[in-house]
Amino acid sequence: MIKVFLPYKTRKIFNLPVEVDAEGNNLRNLIEFLDKKYPGLKQELVDEDKLIPTISAVIDGRTTKLGLIQKLDNVSEIHFLPSIAGG
Amino acid sequence: MVSKSKKSDYKVIGTRPIRHDGYDKVTGRAQYGADIKLPGMIYGAVLRSPHAHAKIKKIDISVAEKMKGVFAVMTAKDLPRLSDKQRGNSEESGSEKHLSENVMAMDKVLYKGHVVAAISAKDVNTAREAVKKIVVDYEVLKPVINVDQAMKKGAPILHEDFVGDHLGKKVKNTNVATFNKYTTGNTDEGFRKAHLIIEKEVELQTVHQGYIEPHNGTAIWDEDDRVKIWTSTQGSFANRDSVSKVLNLDVSRVKVTPLEIGGGFGGKIPVYLEPIAAVLSKKSRRPVQLVMSRTDVFDASGPAPGGKVIVKIGVDKDGKMLAGYADIRLEAGGYPEAFIEAAAKCVFSCYDIPAMEIEAYDVLVNKPSSAPYRAPGSPQVAFATETVVDEICRKLNMDLIDFRLLNVAEKGTRTALGPKYRKIGLKQVLEAAKKSDHWQSNLEKNPKSGKLRGRGIASGYWFNIGEKSAVNLSLNMDGTVILTEGSTDIGGSRASIAMQAAEVLGVKAESVRPSVVDTDSIGHTDVTGGSRTTYATGYAAYKAAHMLIDEITNKAAKIWDLSEDEIIYSDGVISSKTDSELRMTLREFADKNPFGPVVSSASVDLEEAAGGFGTHIVDLEIDPETGKTDVIRYTVLQDVGKAIHPAYVEGQLQGGATQGIGWALNEEYFMSDQGTMLNSSYLDYRMPIALDLPMIETILVEVPSEDHPFGVRGVGETPICPPVPAISNAVNDAIGSRILSTPIKASKILNKLKSM
Amino acid sequence: MTQNNVRKVAINTNINGQEMDILVDPYVSLLETLREVVGMTGTKEGCNDGNCGACTVNIDGRIVDSCLVLGVEAEGKNIETVEGMATPEGLHPLQQAFLEEAALQCGICTPGFLVSAKALLDNEPKPSEDRIRHWLAGNLCRCTGYDKIVKAVKKASD
Repeated sequence: MIKVFLPYKTRKIFNLPVEVDAEGNNLRNLIEFLDKKYPGLKQELVDEDKLIPTISAVIDGRTTKLGLIQKLDNVSEIHFLPSIAGG
Repeated sequence: MVSKSKKSDYKVIGTRPIRHDGYDKVTGRAQYGADIKLPGMIYGAVLRSPHAHAKIKKIDISVAEKMKGVFAVMTAKDLPRLSDKQRGNSEESGSEKHLSENVMAMDKVLYKGHVVAAISAKDVNTAREAVKKIVVDYEVLKPVINVDQAMKKGAPILHEDFVGDHLGKKVKNTNVATFNKYTTGNTDEGFRKAHLIIEKEVELQTVHQGYIEPHNGTAIWDEDDRVKIWTSTQGSFANRDSVSKVLNLDVSRVKVTPLEIGGGFGGKIPVYLEPIAAVLSKKSRRPVQLVMSRTDVFDASGPAPGGKVIVKIGVDKDGKMLAGYADIRLEAGGYPEAFIEAAAKCVFSCYDIPAMEIEAYDVLVNKPSSAPYRAPGSPQVAFATETVVDEICRKLNMDLIDFRLLNVAEKGTRTALGPKYRKIGLKQVLEAAKKSDHWQSNLEKNPKSGKLRGRGIASGYWFNIGEKSAVNLSLNMDGTVILTEGSTDIGGSRASIAMQAAEVLGVKAESVRPSVVDTDSIGHTDVTGGSRTTYATGYAAYKAAHMLIDEITNKAAKIWDLSEDEIIYSDGVISSKTDSELRMTLREFADKNPFGPVVSSASVDLEEAAGGFGTHIVDLEIDPETGKTDVIRYTVLQDVGKAIHPAYVEGQLQGGATQGIGWALNEEYFMSDQGTMLNSSYLDYRMPIALDLPMIETILVEVPSEDHPFGVRGVGETPICPPVPAISNAVNDAIGSRILSTPIKASKILNKLKSM
Repeated sequence: MTQNNVRKVAINTNINGQEMDILVDPYVSLLETLREVVGMTGTKEGCNDGNCGACTVNIDGRIVDSCLVLGVEAEGKNIETVEGMATPEGLHPLQQAFLEEAALQCGICTPGFLVSAKALLDNEPKPSEDRIRHWLAGNLCRCTGYDKIVKAVKKASD
């Protein structure tokens, strides 16, 4: 099982704890798994088969560039975070 | 495959060659944005709103367009209407509509200086006279000029149709564009268990990046509906994206040629004049150039957000942090984006705190739309956190550095936004600070001059965004290498990128000739910002250099009729493992090679890397009669990963620290009640001059990054984070009381001294 | 003003050792004249109101902000800009020192600093650090924090 950390507002809407458990061999499947467990969750993260542009996925401390096709091998933690703008 | 080079092997990295573009820059030959002249070029000027908040009822251009020498007039009606679709790229967010309206206002002006119309004319003075003849009918509205005013019940609303996102709830009729929350652990329990809790609120005024070169843009819109832009920008591709969006053209129809840039610090990422120049060019059938005046730069280009930050930290009796809370409210200006996520990421970034709760508000106010200023959001929160840390140390009678070491963030520490740190070097920076000559030296607290002296220390952090870069290499007949890249050079980066290629190729830095090229000539390259350039574009250069060696090896094998694995390439010399007679320099190889031009091309799309932490130590001296503060000694320590060109790394540290010193002591937007900036000139917007500063000592700590083959960490932004709290803490050390708003100017110090 | 048919004025001046005859609108600055009329863009505009020094030029041995001088005032004067500092023999020692000490980052203020510093070294061959900082107080730099600029001027004076 992979520990998934969702954004605060998503946790509030679905009444979820800080960490939830999920499974999946890639990010798409993991989100499908979460959506089955908590119906409607997918909409918070995905739009038109892509991660919504204001969300980043961080896997064991590294931000993935690959979006939903990112494979998940031997992963402990996934964080969904608001994307950061910088300068 | 990332192969780590051994530290002792470096021949080019760590040296200080003269930068490749240096000769042009010291002779005045280098071409900056306002220097370009195209045949037939005419000049533009813009009309700006005198009001901070108003509805535009009517624009009458009839007199202006008939003036002698005027070619064309434009208003927002000449721009396509765009949607609310979010842009969501790494450097700029917000909607397409907002991007366009910030360039030129449609129905409403949201800050004094907001562009309302523009004119092209035969010379710039004619254009400026002509814009004065445009008559605009405004319905003036009450402005809100800080977070308190904007968030008050019943405050005037900037965007009537805008829907704010407050923790996922859609909220109408609000100036709070976004309200977000981040939590880890249980802060209620942490604060309950705490032996000591310190809470401080700080307030910061709006400040400007202050780049000496004003914004500019030169454009040709040709008969095939293709737009060519010449501009000073921090990102040609970002510029192209924004311009093509505003003009509703495919990106392939826009070509951006970056000219040299006279400072940016984040402020030259947004577009201002380029789309206007393009439309005026279309209407005039001539190349058009626009340059901002200094007043325009202050009135209308994006400053760093002011705002209010509250930080509360609870510690146990040994000083170990148990819980942290922050309330961050930053000014977005007229359009959303106040960098609150970055602020939330950075507020507790230096510490290992098991429970954290952060609430962050992105607040619309009637000021120009905020733009990045070196580590946007981080200096504001560092002010609060490092003040609280300083206070805790004094209350617990703990050493200022030992306390920080006790609670230091390290690899594996969980950050406020959730993920754990990869390898970072704050501990090493703090240890170096402790050993430093400055920290070890005694500060004479009672000098004969009667001045009050104090010492302050503070830490700060910014990460490195990764993103996309591309580099092309090409071998010349004389054995030198041409390198082309797309990262506009604001601080010597083309040299550090060339040096990384030179290190791999085993040649002198001078033998790799870098050029910054336009958007038609290189693969997509993201902005020079986010402390990414030496890291990401350098990585692409590293990869391209290895690929060039593969090409050379392949062709050399064919020349000598050997297999590739019999070829050795080392230090610019090609030889054979099996026959010691066979040997060619790169020049000899280039001469002998009949197998076609030797080129390579590489690109990267890197993930975000843990950047470098910084700690600053400052000694200052206050004149109790005037309140004037002089910085008498300043030391910057920072984890730079691996310094490619140490002189330019030192330069980033000194420059960022100086901006922070100005932010701390003098700089602010002095606003009237009507929301206009009263000090929009370099005379009254007082930035540090040579006379204000001592030599700034730099100590480069190198804890190599795991994410780059040479261990590079981007360094450009972190240095602006510690100065404000370091100076505020030093003032407290000197006078025994804290001033918790920027700037900590003479009048505030005098008032404080009088009240004590 | 442009609408009142004001005529251009003929000026004879000497720029970097070259005598020139140019036509200048009577209301434009020397800065604009150098950049637009003569076509020498080495001198930069940072503020156009005499507060940043990016437009520093040397007139008859005295440094001025050229944005505060009218173009017509160039009549009969010897003007030195950054473009005149290097010779066929090579860079001026100040230019060389700026490169060696990495005293520039974006480089936009560099022409102004070079012209200012040259005027100092022309009159005071070995200035102290304090004297250098005083002399350069009218030149703004936002990138460097002045440290390496001061070091470069000191190096050039050796």
